Amino acid sequence: MSERTPMIEMRNVSKHFGSVIALSDISMQVYSGEVMCLLGDNGAGKSTLIKTLSGVHQPTHGDMLLGGKPTRFKSPAYALDAGIATVFQDLAMIPLMSITRNFFMGREPTVGWGPFKRIDWKHADRIAKQEMAKIGIDVRDPSQPVGTLSGGERQCVAIARAVYFGAKVLILDEPTSALGVKQASVVLRYIAKARADGLAVIFITHNVHHAYPVADAFTLLARGSSLGTFRKEDISREEVLNMMAGGAELESLDAELAEFQRSDQEQKAAQGAGAPVSTPGAPPQAHAAGGH
Amino acid sequence: MKSNEATHSTAAAAGHQDERLRQVPLWKKALSRPELGALAGTVLVLAFFIVAASGTGMFTPAGILNFLEVAAQLGIIATAAALLMIGGEFDLSIGSMIGLAGILIAIPAVEYGWPLWAAILLAFSCAALVGWINGYLVNRTGLPSFIVTLGFLFILRGLAIGISRLLTGRTQIGGIHDHIPGDWFAALFSGEVATGLFSWMAAQGWIATNFAGNPVVTGIPVSIVWWLGLTAAATWVLLFTPYGNWIFASGGDANAARNSGVPVHRVKISLFMFTALSATVFACLQVMDTGSADTIRGLLKELEAIIAVVIGGALLTGGYGSAIGAALGALIFGLVQMGIFYTGVNTDWFQVFLGVMLLVAVLFNNFMRKKAMEAK
Repeated sequence: MSERTPMIEMRNVSKHFGSVIALSDISMQVYSGEVMCLLGDNGAGKSTLIKTLSGVHQPTHGDMLLGGKPTRFKSPAYALDAGIATVFQDLAMIPLMSITRNFFMGREPTVGWGPFKRIDWKHADRIAKQEMAKIGIDVRDPSQPVGTLSGGERQCVAIARAVYFGAKVLILDEPTSALGVKQASVVLRYIAKARADGLAVIFITHNVHHAYPVADAFTLLARGSSLGTFRKEDISREEVLNMMAGGAELESLDAELAEFQRSDQEQKAAQGAGAPVSTPGAPPQAHAAGGH
Repeated sequence: MKSNEATHSTAAAAGHQDERLRQVPLWKKALSRPELGALAGTVLVLAFFIVAASGTGMFTPAGILNFLEVAAQLGIIATAAALLMIGGEFDLSIGSMIGLAGILIAIPAVEYGWPLWAAILLAFSCAALVGWINGYLVNRTGLPSFIVTLGFLFILRGLAIGISRLLTGRTQIGGIHDHIPGDWFAALFSGEVATGLFSWMAAQGWIATNFAGNPVVTGIPVSIVWWLGLTAAATWVLLFTPYGNWIFASGGDANAARNSGVPVHRVKISLFMFTALSATVFACLQVMDTGSADTIRGLLKELEAIIAVVIGGALLTGGYGSAIGAALGALIFGLVQMGIFYTGVNTDWFQVFLGVMLLVAVLFNNFMRKKAMEAK
């Protein structure tokens, strides 16, 4: 596994915004035909990381390698040309425009010459229909507005568009976060298909249950640094859940809640007895010990 | 198991969607076209005046050309305003640009002896610059175009009056008719077309003639040709060119468009240039027709253009609309303005009607947009 060249690689990448260290010393490799799940709580640096990958931000330190070659993405357009397609949460979809118009937005196929150059609607409609059919969504009429599609279907249009235009690396920002169970499974299935087609997929999510079935590896981010990358075979779903920023904090939250409950009871007991309780219970170290 | 589940749900989703698609009848699909409301409105207004203005001469060839000419003048700027509104912006400086462009044509030609073609080119160049500045400021400052172009509404009107007073001491410049004959460029903006056809029709006895046997209506005013040509071109651009797709995208969601590689700034600048240029076309036609320029020309035209565009089914928020709709909006405008004149109703009521029309159109458009966005 390690002798293969990663499709995209970050080496010790840091990103500073003034005095804020948004990312520090991140290293990550994503291979083609694999799904890398990027997990982390709010503020962990996921957004900064994908914006760095997609050329919106430039790293302050460190290197980015595409197919083993050092690269600098000066702009999103540059990254797009290099085959890195990012599906942001807003999907870059316009509800009032047709599926076909959205699908080919900015890259319209044309026929004809000079002033008679026009969009090849027949071809465009056929491709849009065909690409959607490939993922199991049968669009009868590609000229219907995207706004009439469900959230999952819209997500699929956005991904299908990225794949059709030759993405080698597909970055998906929380593609399943706003979706119901069925809708999410449509998207997850498509992610699995993109992987089978040999794309390197970076899948950002909060949801371990969505991440675990499709991922080959997990990178966990917390407070701007990486907690490490784990192959799926080396880590269980529960361990992933625990490691996600939630994990450690949830435990201490449990401990705190237990402490509240206990002091409430003590107060009640004290009022009931009409006499002060001699000690305020266990010292705070006990909670920390309980966490282990 | 997971993939089975996924397959199942996709199939279910797809099956469900087919069901719903089959239920959409053709008439409902036609409803999703933006110009439908305007078409219905045009038919209604036309039917009304055919009855109310029967026997008044409104629907003789001369009367028809009368209201078409009113519609054409407005339609020329409305076409450009429609593209701009679909692109997500307003231009409130159109009316003032008309006034300024007229002055820029008249002063060099009449006061300084420029050939008319050079004066017209000067006006077009200045308009292109004004449009570019409008677009650049909107792009760079991120201010609403309403504010930026409101500024230019006053700036351009003030410039027109200021320049005119400074150079000539007047605000009206006449005597342009003397310069038109022989000027190849001015010919594009003056006179009539198909005069031969009309003489021929008169000779056949199909249309009314005067005592000398010449037709009463000698041809189609060139403004109508400009209107139809611009509407056709704009429709072609919107429906069949990548640039048209970029206009829809820029107005629908500029950020999404940019992320998809649409050059949103360039699109918007070009649209602002187009509205300023269309205002100059309007000014040329008016100056050639009346033979004079006046600094107060084009007053309120920007608002009339917006009304025509909105009646034509465009959304004020951008991303939706049509050039044909704007043309129909202008036609309704012309029909009502001339219809009120022919039926002898006090013309004061024209503005009341216009305001009501605008409100009805906006409500209707919002309703239609909701319909279009409803889950199939």
